[in-house]
Amino acid sequence: MKRTPLLFLNVIIIATCGLIYELLAGTLSSYVLGDSVTQFSLIIGIYLFAMGVGSWASRYIDRNIAEKFVDIELAVAVIGGFSAPLLFLTFANLSYFGIVLYSMVFIIGTLVGLEIPLLMRILKDELDFKDLVSKVLALDYIGALAASLLFPIFLVPKLGLNRTSLLFGMLNAAVGIWGTWLLEPLIKRNINILRVKGFVILALLFIAFIKADSLTTLAEDNLFTDNIIYAKSSPYQRIVVTKGKTGHALFLNGNLQFNSFDEYRYHEALVHPAFAAFGENPKRILVLGGGDGLALREILKYKSVENVTLVDLDPGMTELSKALPALAELNRNAYDDPRVSVTNADAFFWLDNNTLEPFDIAIVDFPDPNNFALGKLYTTRFYKLLKSKLKPDSAIVIQCTSPLIARKSYWSIIKTLEAVGFIVKPYQTTVPSFGVWGYALAKLQPFETPSKPPANIDLKFLNDNSFASMFDFPSDTTLPLEEIEINRLDNQALVRYYEMEWRRFE
Amino acid sequence: MYLTRREILAAFLGTPFALAACSDNTSREFPDGEIVGTNVNLGHILRENRNFEVPAGNWQTVKVAIIGAGIAGLSAGWKFAREGFNDFVLLELEKEIGGTSQSSVGNPVGYPWGAHYLPVPFPENAELVSLLDEMSLTEGRRASGEILIREEFLCRDPEERVFYKGRWYDGLYLHVGESDEDKRQIDQFQKGIDRWVSWRGNDGKRAFAVPVANCSTDAQATALDKISFAEWLRQLDFTSERLLWYCDYACRDDYGLKLDQTSAWAGLFYFCSRVRKSGDESQAFITFPEGNGRFVNHFLEKVREKVRRDHAVVSIIPNEKGVDVVCLNENELRGFHCEKVIFASPIFTAPYVIRGFNENPAFAAGEFQHNAWFVANLFLKDRPKPRFAKDFPLSWDNVLYESPSLGYVNATHQKGIDYGATVWTYYYPMCAEEKGRTKLFNYEWRELADVCLTDLARAHPDIYELTTRIDIMRWGHAMISPRPDFIWSGVREKAMRPYRNIHFAHTDLSGIPLFEEAFYHGLRAAGEIMR
Ligand SMILES: Cc1cc2nc3c(=O)[nH]c(=O)nc-3n(C[C@H](O)[C@H](O)[C@H](O)COP(=O)(O)OP(=O)(O)OC[C@H]3O[C@@H](n4cnc5c(N)ncnc54)[C@H](O)[C@@H]3O)c2cc1C
Repeated sequence: MKRTPLLFLNVIIIATCGLIYELLAGTLSSYVLGDSVTQFSLIIGIYLFAMGVGSWASRYIDRNIAEKFVDIELAVAVIGGFSAPLLFLTFANLSYFGIVLYSMVFIIGTLVGLEIPLLMRILKDELDFKDLVSKVLALDYIGALAASLLFPIFLVPKLGLNRTSLLFGMLNAAVGIWGTWLLEPLIKRNINILRVKGFVILALLFIAFIKADSLTTLAEDNLFTDNIIYAKSSPYQRIVVTKGKTGHALFLNGNLQFNSFDEYRYHEALVHPAFAAFGENPKRILVLGGGDGLALREILKYKSVENVTLVDLDPGMTELSKALPALAELNRNAYDDPRVSVTNADAFFWLDNNTLEPFDIAIVDFPDPNNFALGKLYTTRFYKLLKSKLKPDSAIVIQCTSPLIARKSYWSIIKTLEAVGFIVKPYQTTVPSFGVWGYALAKLQPFETPSKPPANIDLKFLNDNSFASMFDFPSDTTLPLEEIEINRLDNQALVRYYEMEWRRFE
Repeated sequence: MYLTRREILAAFLGTPFALAACSDNTSREFPDGEIVGTNVNLGHILRENRNFEVPAGNWQTVKVAIIGAGIAGLSAGWKFAREGFNDFVLLELEKEIGGTSQSSVGNPVGYPWGAHYLPVPFPENAELVSLLDEMSLTEGRRASGEILIREEFLCRDPEERVFYKGRWYDGLYLHVGESDEDKRQIDQFQKGIDRWVSWRGNDGKRAFAVPVANCSTDAQATALDKISFAEWLRQLDFTSERLLWYCDYACRDDYGLKLDQTSAWAGLFYFCSRVRKSGDESQAFITFPEGNGRFVNHFLEKVREKVRRDHAVVSIIPNEKGVDVVCLNENELRGFHCEKVIFASPIFTAPYVIRGFNENPAFAAGEFQHNAWFVANLFLKDRPKPRFAKDFPLSWDNVLYESPSLGYVNATHQKGIDYGATVWTYYYPMCAEEKGRTKLFNYEWRELADVCLTDLARAHPDIYELTTRIDIMRWGHAMISPRPDFIWSGVREKAMRPYRNIHFAHTDLSGIPLFEEAFYHGLRAAGEIMR
């Protein structure tokens, strides 16, 4: 009969699909949960065991085998096909991500385990047993080889995890639909219903395939090249920490905040100029943002500092050091220092609603102004509130995004500070993970640009020469000629500049 | 009359939408809440035709009684207090002060029940500017004389967004998917507005200015009052759907009327009166979480001892010596012998309370028609999640293109509180409806809350889980309706003249429901009396 070779082709496809789902689950779980050895080992174990369960359970299918085969095929198409998108969506809730992941692996494994025994029973009347076993199993393993070669070489780099998953779902559905023709004489009833089901599933998978990009707003599959060792959605943002060859990296809503490989450059440049500008014996320090504690590490190097008030919106950030010893190590257990007190609040509201003794130095380290909620933290209104918490000789520093990539944004922040009466000394440095990065050092009275870092502080990056050069701006980062708007609450000019300037790089 | 949920939703939100909403049978938790406000039914009391015999011991003598503690009455009292005149009382029907500008205290911020913003006035509106100075809302003047409002009181950007076919977009006018013809028409429309902004009448005045009293009476401008705004747009061949929507929204938002019910003069007033000179942006908005309740509370501080809450004026009796005012306070009648009265309550009520008005009417009070609205305050424990990463974020004013409601205002916006609990104020004008008021009062809290949630769920499916409470205010007589042939028909001039020692002062007298107008009439009436 001529359908036999075609059914063998089915075996290859089924085997390929099965292994692809297993690889997908393994990859995803090691992305998300980290520790790839454990994850792959667990996934393979569960999957193989589930296949065993499926094979064993196949004995209970006595009648309408062909029809059941098609049904199972379609079920694999749906569950396997949508497995990656679904896992990406549940990834947002890490607490039950594991449950979804392992149950999915088990279900897919069981269904795939049912497939081959059923197909063998369908074919058993057409071949002798010796032939049947040798061919089916050989083809099964060939399929597995194809999958394991295709997956890393072609599928992941070209299609990404979501599309791969959906594509193989479509293949499975196609096998199911095709089966209704190949096995037509064996299917006794409902053949049309089966076909309709098959086409609907195929169509759904196809739509999802086309829409895969908008489907994963979390498109983290192509974002993070390193392993994710921590991921949590706080009410405010999505916190992800990865670990790779160069060290740990922290991402908030997908935006890199630091990489342990060069973060000291960023944080030394952030903190020490303000201390140099303030002069002798700074005592009261305010840190706005900076929940990772890395700016704290630099501040706590000063013996004169008596207390540091850190205000960060997100407890998820200020408590991250507890969950991640690697971070605590990086910030030298800054949060355990008795001089540090932490408040979780929106700095805008906090400054507006608290009367406080003025601070000597304020370090303002917010994420870039990429939305209106952050944009308000760079407005004249905000800087006026900040001003009311300072003394005449206090020094402040603001992280101001990249003057190279977002030149207008950078200078808009400088102008905004000047508009409320600060004397500003703009400066910039290079942090390889970020590129050229800009800051604003400011005081309420005229002051000399500091020329070297404070003495007797242990530094890895800044020295007398590199310090002074930070205040020189290469021509491509200087104040642009055109009019730059001041950022106010009622115009949020900065968010619009920022959007425009960074969009070019997306 | 018993209606099914589907019929009610259809009546408020349109049939196709109601059908879709009702086919979704998932059972949802429904928040708590109640109907708030209006505790006295004045119409009811007056219809009972009781005799209002004040017991002899309940009479008091006072030079001036101000009736109604809305913006107009409060402004009059504020002016008296400022000028050192103290022999007056301010009688208010309700327990709450403020009329349609009232607000409530809340956590984390207060929230409005009606008026919620004031455009920055031009410097020539000196008395209003002096109020803003007194409230420390200003921080100086520009060289050109324009007043500078402190940043924290100017509406924070982003101001508006619009929900259209499943997504939120920046601004109120819908740009997405605009055709070249749409662009040409909005451009053309803008030019038309600009022409009216720079137009000056034979009296040298602007066609559209705030207060209305400063508008030109040149017939070329006032002729616009003869036709509807829809007709005006038709005559100029405007057909762009989104432009017409934009104009219709403006009318519903400012007047609670549809495009074809609004006078073209009033329609253009909205677009022209707050633009300094052609090409300029419209004046920025001053706003607070509790909306214009901020002004109410400021006035109240200045006149607190003069205010009598829960004093429904049921009869005003002009006589040779002056005017007697009778009010009902907790089932007791109290009287005031006055020399003068400032009538700062809705003008249509004049014939019902002023004795002898009907026999000898000074003006046709029935021409001062009002429409009905309902306003819901939703208490949210958190913000809805954006459905698309690229959706324009939560703004101050959030408008649903496909809805007959006006959308909602987010109370925490102005305070810079961008996370966690908030209060949304949802506005629904009963435009168009012949029997809008009866229809509105036929429904109870549960039905109106259902309308509100169903409407908002189109943009925020998670609104049911997030809303912990909805309180609803039904405004039977929310605001004056500037229908064609009302503002310039002459009736307003007549009503502005004192009638037997009764001086009328209410935003109704401008034909336009605005803070500035109520303020103007309050000050005008107080000035007339002190003169
Ligand atoms: C939903 C809504 C939204 C609005 N939004 C805005 C806005 O954003 N900006 C804006 O400028 N304007 C807005 N307005 C218009 C608002 O009406 C005016 O700004 C202004 O508040 C009108 O004040 P008023 O004093 O003239 O009238 P009212 O507010 O009507 O005050 C009249 C007062 O008289 C009292 N009263 C009535 N009868 C008696 C009686 N017999 N005895 C004693 N007291 C009596 C009433 O209880 C009331 O307190 C809005 C109105 C509504 C309804």
